[in-house]
Amino acid sequence: MIQFILNDQLIQTDAPPGTALLDFIRKDQQLKGAKLVCKEGECGACSVMVGKLEKGTVFYQSMTSCITPLVNAHGKHIVSIEGFNMEELTPVQQAMVDSYGTQCGFCTPGFVVSLSGYLLSNKTLTKEGIIAAIDGNICRCTGYKSIERAAGLVLEKVKKDLPVVDIEGLVKSKFIPAYFMDISSRLKDLEQATPQNGNAIRLGGGTDLYVQKPVEMYESDHVAVYDNSAMNQIEIADGFCSFGAAVTMGDLYRSELFNQALPDSDYIFKLLSSTQIRNMATIGGNLVNASPIGDFTILLLALDSEITLEKNGNGRSVSLKEFYKGYKKMDMQEGEVLTKIKFKIPGAKNHFHFEKVSQRKYFDIASVNLAGNLTIEEDKITTAHMAVGGVGPVPMYLQKTCSFLEGKKLAEDTIDSAIEVLNNEITPISDARGSADYKRLLARQLFIAQFLEVNPGLFNLKKLIGQ
Amino acid sequence: MTSNPTKKKNKKSFNIDAPLHVSGKTQYLDDMPELAGTLFAKACYAKVAHGYIKDIDTTAALALPGVVKIISHFDIPGENEIGGIIQDEPLLAEVEVHFIGMPILIVLAKDEITAHKAVDLIQVDIQEKEIITDPIVAFEKNELLSQPLHFQSGNTADAFEKCKYVYEGKAESGGQEHVYLEPQGAYAIPNGDGSLKIYSSTQGPTAVQRTVAKVLGVSMNQVEVDVNRIGGGFGGKEDQASAWASIVAVGSYLTKKPVKYILERGEDLQMTGKRHPYKNTYKIGLDAEYKIQAFEADFYQNGGAATDLSPAVLQRTLFHATNSYFVPNVNTHAYSCRTNLPPNTAFRGFGGPQGMFVMETAIHHAARALGVSPTVIQEKNLLFEGAEFCYGQIAKECEAQNTWKEAARKYDLARMQKEVDDYNLKNSYSKKGLAIMPICFGISFTNTQMNNARALVHVYQDGSVGISTGAVEMGQGVSSKMIQVAALCFGIDTEQVKLETTNTTRVANTSPTAASATADLNGKALQDACDQIQKRFYELARQTWSLSEDAAIQLTQNSIVAGDNKMSWNEIVSLAFQKRINLSAKGHYSTPIIHFDTKTSKGHPFAYHVYGTAITTCTVDCIRGNYEFDAVKIVHDFGSSMNRAVDLGQIEGGLAQGIGWMTMEELIYNEKGQLKSGNLANYKIPDIYSVPKEVEIHYLDTKGADLAILKSKAVGEPPLMYGIGAYFSIFNAILAFNPKAKLPYEAPMTVEKVLMGLYQ
Ligand SMILES: Cc1cc2nc3c(=O)[nH]c(=O)nc-3n(C[C@H](O)[C@H](O)[C@H](O)COP(=O)(O)OP(=O)(O)OC[C@H]3O[C@@H](n4cnc5c(N)ncnc54)[C@H](O)[C@@H]3O)c2cc1C
Ligand code: FES
Ligand code: FES
Repeated sequence: MIQFILNDQLIQTDAPPGTALLDFIRKDQQLKGAKLVCKEGECGACSVMVGKLEKGTVFYQSMTSCITPLVNAHGKHIVSIEGFNMEELTPVQQAMVDSYGTQCGFCTPGFVVSLSGYLLSNKTLTKEGIIAAIDGNICRCTGYKSIERAAGLVLEKVKKDLPVVDIEGLVKSKFIPAYFMDISSRLKDLEQATPQNGNAIRLGGGTDLYVQKPVEMYESDHVAVYDNSAMNQIEIADGFCSFGAAVTMGDLYRSELFNQALPDSDYIFKLLSSTQIRNMATIGGNLVNASPIGDFTILLLALDSEITLEKNGNGRSVSLKEFYKGYKKMDMQEGEVLTKIKFKIPGAKNHFHFEKVSQRKYFDIASVNLAGNLTIEEDKITTAHMAVGGVGPVPMYLQKTCSFLEGKKLAEDTIDSAIEVLNNEITPISDARGSADYKRLLARQLFIAQFLEVNPGLFNLKKLIGQ
Repeated sequence: MTSNPTKKKNKKSFNIDAPLHVSGKTQYLDDMPELAGTLFAKACYAKVAHGYIKDIDTTAALALPGVVKIISHFDIPGENEIGGIIQDEPLLAEVEVHFIGMPILIVLAKDEITAHKAVDLIQVDIQEKEIITDPIVAFEKNELLSQPLHFQSGNTADAFEKCKYVYEGKAESGGQEHVYLEPQGAYAIPNGDGSLKIYSSTQGPTAVQRTVAKVLGVSMNQVEVDVNRIGGGFGGKEDQASAWASIVAVGSYLTKKPVKYILERGEDLQMTGKRHPYKNTYKIGLDAEYKIQAFEADFYQNGGAATDLSPAVLQRTLFHATNSYFVPNVNTHAYSCRTNLPPNTAFRGFGGPQGMFVMETAIHHAARALGVSPTVIQEKNLLFEGAEFCYGQIAKECEAQNTWKEAARKYDLARMQKEVDDYNLKNSYSKKGLAIMPICFGISFTNTQMNNARALVHVYQDGSVGISTGAVEMGQGVSSKMIQVAALCFGIDTEQVKLETTNTTRVANTSPTAASATADLNGKALQDACDQIQKRFYELARQTWSLSEDAAIQLTQNSIVAGDNKMSWNEIVSLAFQKRINLSAKGHYSTPIIHFDTKTSKGHPFAYHVYGTAITTCTVDCIRGNYEFDAVKIVHDFGSSMNRAVDLGQIEGGLAQGIGWMTMEELIYNEKGQLKSGNLANYKIPDIYSVPKEVEIHYLDTKGADLAILKSKAVGEPPLMYGIGAYFSIFNAILAFNPKAKLPYEAPMTVEKVLMGLYQ
């Protein structure tokens, strides 16, 4: 049986654990505020807040309920728009009204949930932060400007009324209803172990599975790893960073330790899907989905990561470079679980950088993405690990290009020649994300961008880019 | 004497729906409680774009527990026909299929998942025929959906002879998916006597009613259509909501059960039509002073597999082919081409944007060739008071030059351009671009007959007021505006007024909510109804207070007042009720003056025009090929806006949609007619980071047109066309990096085209 708290109600249900959370909320619970628009995680109209007990307090994150498996709600506090409603409009709702942030209204509950949720999940609030909190919410009517103004009003109100942004303060200033005060103790009373439902499919956040096969997932036989505590840790030891496969992109974004391992990586996370999706998307899911344009896959390839696969208690390590064998084919046996990912933390002489270009700059899948980790010692490229996505059947580690670069002088003609090697190594095809010619050109550009980051003054770029 | 509401000052901003929207309490179609026994419909559609249906096997689907019925065209009780303008669109395919997404069968099942599985189990064997996706190919094969259109003024052949500069070229604009967030859908409930009530997410309740009646073979009075509101339409639910309503109606008619169908997003994207893609050629001629003397263009519209609204869209393309400019000699031809894509349909702007894009391209082309800024040519040719459009109407209250001048002054255009130029001198791998987009958009349905509306007003005995019109609320704020009109006419608070659902039994024979004209038409009908009741109250007051015929009486501040005599609104209502005075009225309005002769393509088709000017600046990353919009600064002619905040929202929203159309929204069909961008993962619309960092909008306060409701000009469609400036601003930034860029004039300007342009 799955148990969780939906708004202020305890839910105990025998509904199939693979049910999409949105269907459960709208159909079983007849709460119609969250909207069904895309069932792809692409619009945020179905957004809910998901609160999880962490060290005695509840930590809230936004998610798109249309592709959230019901089982991942187990033991948590789920807040839909109805869970924020009180007698009077909340300051967030009032701000949306006052700034005319709603037109047809279909996207609006999602925006209100994301904005309210931002207050719940952050201690320090900023203009950039509150906008980022709605980066996964799409509105077709307003053009967003009025919603930006609403966000501004919310921040003003918080600054005025709330010296400390916490649950108690939010309840006192009527941002959220009083029942939020009891949630942490109520969650403690819930059974924590996630009920399992067979063994056929390993289910992480579901952001790939529910988009690819929504109907099958409803009745699926699966083992849920999202809340597996053994796969939720992030560690640093002996110059390596390692983390469990169920760690999400959002977890890494927020993690102090990961930030130590890869400083200044905020720009990378901003390029990865949306806040809601990052909160659901596990790294294990990203790697095993084996998409040729998986962002974290490319990033981890360039970090020359090693992964651990386990079956019946036995584990083995595989270099990520060796893992991909063909389109969606991996060195993975039936029943194996990806448990851990590990990479060497780049040192002072390393230059790590990530590039991504997509049709829409943010909240989109890459046309081409590229990551590089170069060791540069006295003008020399001593080691090179680079990976590029979207230009072949697998997320591609640039074996040949890297070997070519290693030991060479960091100079213009090296890059010139390396581009030739790169061109022979990649095999882009035309599809919805661009023509083969475009992807080839883009891969070259991102390759150049990588070196521009290392040293913008190093080459005569005019020549390099054919001017 | 009747009062004139326009004289009253309180044209206040408000949005009646907002408090419910922000609480998630607004009820849309899919939020209605379902009746017990409701069946769920789902269409099995063609997976081949053109071909003969050889065989259909439904055995496995019928064997699935929970499947109740599978309906084919044989089961349709009336006509298998849903075409609006021309009867060429079957509801369910019979012998042939004409596009991927064309419905063939309808599955009815006990729940949605079962319906989904059943559709997947149906085998349809189709023998493929030749597939056409390109309008030019269709044109060459004489596959036209309707008669070609032709507009002409002056004599272009003679004029070109005299022109100093003549340029010819090609321009192409892509389609656009509406992405109304609420998907298409309908819910039919049988009444027991054979009649049906249909809840539909439509902009055109009457179109749905008429179509359903035809498909069922019943009279219109057997079909009641009700719309509470819709979660976005943008034209996509003007004509194309009828199919889903017909499907549930047939299902309900045959099973005597309630039947519901809400399209999944993927179905909606595959099965419904979009903004028409166009391919065009142009020829522009200028004299030594850069005055445009002649313009010719041929427009090839990709109409899709059935006519839908294509001829009307095509006509508006010609109306707007010279945008905001005066051109003395014009000769344009337009063709609606039949292809094997879903029938394309109305989309905010209705063909106007596609026309304007070609004109702006021609000017840009000429400017490049002449080595001047396009703004020079644009400014020299702006429309002026009294100028004649190529279709014979004379420009009145023409604000083309005023909005341009005001924009240049207020936003310091010279400084803006200098900032762009300075930036470009300093930065090698990042370039800025600036473009100006003036707009001129005609308000009215171009089909004169459609410019009429009705409204029903009840004043209840307790003083509260209920109003019904033919307008459908879809986010454009028409509900708020209707409530304002009634409150202003009666001099009461807006809280006293309730707007009812749009329902064909209360207000019949309506035109769809479209053409930006809904508030004008319905508002004026509503005014007519309110005026009738007002007159009865004045007469009653006159009798009660023994006033003379010409005594000044007013309904204001919740009272009726004549000199020292005063009664509260509730008192006069109550008195009228006691005296058995009719407290209800039905209003009617049809736009005067307008007319258009389709044979000569001349007349006065528009009640008035809306003008504006937008300045767009962007920054292009010349390494990666992506871009951001720094600012869009607009001066817009609102007339005398009755609800500024709502109108502002229309500008900001329309602009974002226009930018989306011109930049990232790319419909990709392969040669088999298959939509490759058939989900929101692949079809991208603007997110919060894609819209301009700064949007500034200045109201050019003008007198307003008399034919606009309360002199507040229509605002729904015009701002979309400001988005065309986004295309040219990027183009200009690319030219700053690579002056020789051989970029074709093809919208949308995707990041792919930008990068290819930068490095050609
Ligand atoms: C709207 C949207 C935007 C997106 N944007 C991006 C983006 O910008 N960049 C990007 O890279 N991706 C993006 N994705 C894709 C997706 O979010 C990621 O691939 C994500 O990391 C998948 O993780 P998950 O936990 O949700 O995977 P799931 O869907 O749960 O699983 C994916 C696959 O991995 C398997 N799996 C999961 N965990 C394990 C495990 N521990 N061991 C073995 N097998 C396992 C599953 O069986 C399944 O085959 C986006 C997805 C959506 C819906
Ligand atoms: S419905 Fe679009 S993200 Fe869930
Ligand atoms: S208000 Fe209509 S989609 Fe946002």
